[in-house]
Amino acid sequence: MSTETVTGETQLAQRRPRPARTVRAGRVLDGLIRSVVPVVLALGAGAILLLALGRHPLAFYGDIWTNGVENSAWQDSAIRMAPFLLIAAGLTVIFRANIWNLGYNGQFLLGAALVSGYGPGLVNDIPLWAAMVVLFLLAGAVGALWTLIPAVLKARYGTNEIITTLMMSFIGIDLASILIKGPFHDSTTPLPQTAVLTKMLPNIPGTRIHVGLLVAFAAVLVVHYVLTRTSWGLRLQIMGANPRAARHFGIDLPRLIVVAFLVSGFMVGLAAAADILGLQGYIRTGWNPAYGDTIIPFVFLARLNALAVVPFIAFFSVVSTGGDIAAADANLSTNFLLVLVGLILIFMTVIEYLGRRRELGASYLTPGLRQALRAPLVRRRST
Amino acid sequence: MILASQVWTQVFWTSVLAGGLLAGVPLMFTALGEAISERAGVLNIGLEGMMLVGAYAGFLGAYYGHSMWFGYLAGMGAGMLASCFMVVLCVWLGLDQIVVGIAITLAGEGITSVLYQSRFSTTQPRLGGVHTAPIPLLDRIPVLGRTINGEYPLFSQPLLVYLGLAFAVLLAWVFHSTNIGLNLRAAGERPEALDAAGVSVVATRSYAALATGALAGLGGAYLAIAGTGGFQDFLTQGQGYMAIVIAMLARGRPIAVVVFSLMFGIALSLSGLLQIAGINLSPEVVHMLPFAAIIVALMLFARRAYLPPALALPYVRGAR
Repeated sequence: MSTETVTGETQLAQRRPRPARTVRAGRVLDGLIRSVVPVVLALGAGAILLLALGRHPLAFYGDIWTNGVENSAWQDSAIRMAPFLLIAAGLTVIFRANIWNLGYNGQFLLGAALVSGYGPGLVNDIPLWAAMVVLFLLAGAVGALWTLIPAVLKARYGTNEIITTLMMSFIGIDLASILIKGPFHDSTTPLPQTAVLTKMLPNIPGTRIHVGLLVAFAAVLVVHYVLTRTSWGLRLQIMGANPRAARHFGIDLPRLIVVAFLVSGFMVGLAAAADILGLQGYIRTGWNPAYGDTIIPFVFLARLNALAVVPFIAFFSVVSTGGDIAAADANLSTNFLLVLVGLILIFMTVIEYLGRRRELGASYLTPGLRQALRAPLVRRRST
Repeated sequence: MILASQVWTQVFWTSVLAGGLLAGVPLMFTALGEAISERAGVLNIGLEGMMLVGAYAGFLGAYYGHSMWFGYLAGMGAGMLASCFMVVLCVWLGLDQIVVGIAITLAGEGITSVLYQSRFSTTQPRLGGVHTAPIPLLDRIPVLGRTINGEYPLFSQPLLVYLGLAFAVLLAWVFHSTNIGLNLRAAGERPEALDAAGVSVVATRSYAALATGALAGLGGAYLAIAGTGGFQDFLTQGQGYMAIVIAMLARGRPIAVVVFSLMFGIALSLSGLLQIAGINLSPEVVHMLPFAAIIVALMLFARRAYLPPALALPYVRGAR
């Protein structure tokens, strides 16, 4: 921790004579290299894997491009971006605080279950815009509520949030399933699913893209503003970098932890609302898209910057939209995309290691991020 | 069909125990592996991926080798191969253990699904039954050993189950009273002291991580071979994460790991049994019980759990 700050300072001292613009340009370039190279390497390794499986890599990647971007396929990709961006925004907040909220799947599915349970009735009972606002807030509130136990345990006893959020996630997935089979079950069908929404989110004029994408962009902007331009964002970052320093600063750590958790869960809930109200229209038991699993790498690649995550999410939306079709065309399991994402993560850490060795700018992970795991189940003594 | 009144009979409870053992043994192997690496200071979030890789390799080995032992060996080998990523990236290079762990899980989920679908998507072959080894005398107990099927499976388990239980006892002894165990614990508690004593921290942790991979792979292989008798996408269903929790709750003590694993196994198998017994409790309710129990336990005993201080921290010689 201390050594890294020192090297950072000496680096600044060495660079001081150079004009500010080149320093900033250099830093942006470093960031770009560190963000893009892992993706390129992963695509390369994926190509080798495709060759080993007897598929033509260039044809596969070309197929992804064709079905993810060309003609009007980019609109399908853009539709997928909405929940992805909202989850990314939520994860950015909590990861900045140096806390691991890995319970996004449970938060997402509970939000989705409530929206698709109450949605079909609500959109007919009250004006559509009001119903949409209520449903978005409902999903957000449920997502936030589902982080409350891990948040309080973490804030009061320092209990490892990885365990608690994962446990709550499993419970949430089961609970969503119970809700779909029970109170929210569509009585007109024997299938375990909810009634299909009769009115969905309106589209952006001239496109097939629903306005949930605008909500997502707005959320990303707000998160970015709050994290970079407000004292709350600064406090969050201080806590993430060094909880002890934050305490000396007079920051109310327990409260900050709980609020960060709630914001994160709220965003994940919004993602569920956007996905159900804009795209899915209903939910069935066993449906668990696990969006968050594949979004984590891109949150890191963007270095926990809410704005920088947008191009990565756009890239991944294209890969996932086109990849689903390309995989079907190539007679491969669509889970091949998971391999690509795993490879990106591995190459990211390797590039990060090489970068750290050469002292290129800032790191993906705040130094204290590991701290969260040092004494996970134990009540912290001095912090 | 068995009536609901039979739920509270010994037959039912024996079935619960037998089912718990069947579902709990993969958890036990995996959690024992996690206990080893946690004690040595390596947090392995990638267990889920290692289990899946082991399950697929185990399925392949048993299918083509026509022997479950081939399967178990293949599973261990594949798990060790997957843990090599962990060893090189986290132990040797000191990269972030959580990120690499998530990567291993994602890649493991993806690659097993891709390979299985590309080879077996149309046939979806099943494996044959597993040979069991009855314990002499105990398997003849008329009341206690009987299950709903009318067989005596509680005291007639696959040989690997006995080996696993023996291994847990052995591991407890190794941790407690051998130099190897002392080194392992030192690598997690105070790596610099181990280094000063002239033992390589990196090597100790590497062996621990490899052992974890082997055990997770074995757990996955057992799940595929004895548990489900075949492979499918995402076969493990979060059991790798459960194993992490078990190891943490058991504070790395092997005997406690066995007990917790069996409890989880019982909860996992209970829903099916209750349905057989005529009680129509939603499987989701039963499935969420162990997780809810953990949350409650954490709320009650949050201060009493313990983990090695150097867990998830890469060791850099001379660094403060």
